[in-house]
Amino acid sequence: MARSIALRLDSSKARPVPSNTESTLTRRLLIASALLFLGLFLFLPLMLVFAYAFREGLGIYLSSFITPDALSAIRLSLITAAIAVPLNTLFGVAAAWAIGKFEFKGKSVLITLIDLPFAISPVIAGLIFMLLFGALGWFGPWLMERNISIMFATPGIVIATMFVTVPFVARELIPLMQAQGTEEEQSALTLGASGFQTFRRVTLPNIKWGLIYGIILTNARAMGEFGAVSVVSGHIRGQTNTMPLHIEILYNDYQTTAAFAVASLLAFLAVVTLAVRFTVEWKTARDHEAAAREAGWGDNP
Amino acid sequence: MPRLHVKQQSALPGFGISMGFTLFYLALLVLIPLCGLVLFTGTRMTPAEFWTKAIADPRVLASYRLSLVASLIAASLNGVFGLIVAWVLVRYEFTGKRFIDAIVDLPFALPTAVSGIALTTLYVHTGWIGRWFEPLGIRIAYAWPGIIIALTLVGLPFVVRTVQPALEGLEPEIEEAASSLGATRWQTFRCVILPTVMPSLLTGFALAFARALGEFGSVYFIAGNMPYRTEIAPLLILIKLEQFDYVGATAIGVVMLIAAFILLLIINLLQWWSRRHQL
Repeated sequence: MARSIALRLDSSKARPVPSNTESTLTRRLLIASALLFLGLFLFLPLMLVFAYAFREGLGIYLSSFITPDALSAIRLSLITAAIAVPLNTLFGVAAAWAIGKFEFKGKSVLITLIDLPFAISPVIAGLIFMLLFGALGWFGPWLMERNISIMFATPGIVIATMFVTVPFVARELIPLMQAQGTEEEQSALTLGASGFQTFRRVTLPNIKWGLIYGIILTNARAMGEFGAVSVVSGHIRGQTNTMPLHIEILYNDYQTTAAFAVASLLAFLAVVTLAVRFTVEWKTARDHEAAAREAGWGDNP
Repeated sequence: MPRLHVKQQSALPGFGISMGFTLFYLALLVLIPLCGLVLFTGTRMTPAEFWTKAIADPRVLASYRLSLVASLIAASLNGVFGLIVAWVLVRYEFTGKRFIDAIVDLPFALPTAVSGIALTTLYVHTGWIGRWFEPLGIRIAYAWPGIIIALTLVGLPFVVRTVQPALEGLEPEIEEAASSLGATRWQTFRCVILPTVMPSLLTGFALAFARALGEFGSVYFIAGNMPYRTEIAPLLILIKLEQFDYVGATAIGVVMLIAAFILLLIINLLQWWSRRHQL
């Protein structure tokens, strides 16, 4: 009797209860439909960008970048990112410090406000700055008198890009800082570190990977923003075209290969962003395991 | 303005400066510009003008209908396939699984102009996929199926990323209990698993729907942009701005903004519900 129970326990351990998992056929069908869905919607378009970019050879590919219009679009995208990314990173770190390390009323309202630009259509983001600085907007006549152009010029593009990329560093850091609590910072302060030293030596190493991913994602979004920028740019060739707008012009001019060549730069940036995310997750998991082993908690379940 | 009280006295420094900078930055970049839009609506247009520009114009109405219906279909597609992708990623082991997991986030990082021209080239009548549908007389690019495909792509990560943690949090004991009580696998899924992940699934659906409603870049290329037929609401805003019709553009913008705020409210309620559900 006792032996048979032990045997049954053993056999139930060895393989899962059959009714508690799907049949091999169902599994295969589910995996196949997931792969088909992702292949059709993500993998194939991504492959097409590179296939079309290189279809006329490396020479044509490279020559797509050295036209004056392409160079000026790349320069403008880089300038925009160089202003928008550091400012939004500073904002993200400050917001995450306030939200993640302190308790106060209205915290969830503040988080919703930070997410707001993500919920608003990029075209509306462009529209609200047109209403402020456009020729018929609130400050339009005043700016015109003083000969300051914000719309259809670099400042407008930078402001609209900053608006749409506000949330990304903050969204990445807030959950991280909340999860890490304040004990480590408090011990550093007790040991006599200044506030800034504590941030640099204790907080920063803890959030390093999340911060790096946040910055890279913000950069990819800033260089690739299309909707908001196409409202405020005015599409002046060689002056106010960013890389996505340059792609639009080339594509509409039937210069398909050149359009995909420029697009391949942005697609490559997106792939790098995903690779960084992949590495960050792997490193964070590894750090957690190492910390758990040091503390003697054993392996992560 | 109400003062912000620090409830739990934290010994950490820097609350004042980080909070001050956060509020200052948000006010300058997001809140004041948004107030400009509200003020513009309130002072530069009469209610009658708002009605004729934002509601009564048949071309505008057609664009709302297209945006709504196409976004609903795209979000539903993402609901079904997102659940399958999340399920497969959480429950099964197969080669290339980590690569699949990573590529799900691609629409977050890929610029919409790039996905727009790629999808269009893929689905035009000479494209890699479009040429197979051409003999059947089915048009995908420059017609509504293309719009749905573009909107599905941009909303793809949301359902997967909200359902994944919910599936990971399911306790195996509950499923074992269901099956030991005689439930078939399908019954267990329908009566035990699905109700538990439903709040997360609905949250993901609402997020994908909201993203699709506001999407511009990828649809712009594949839609063909024919008035009354394949013209989405965000494009109309752009067209009106180019004609210096700020009032018309703002009227449509306000309608879309209200829709976005209602969705944001629903999403927050759903997230609150799913948190309560998981406790």
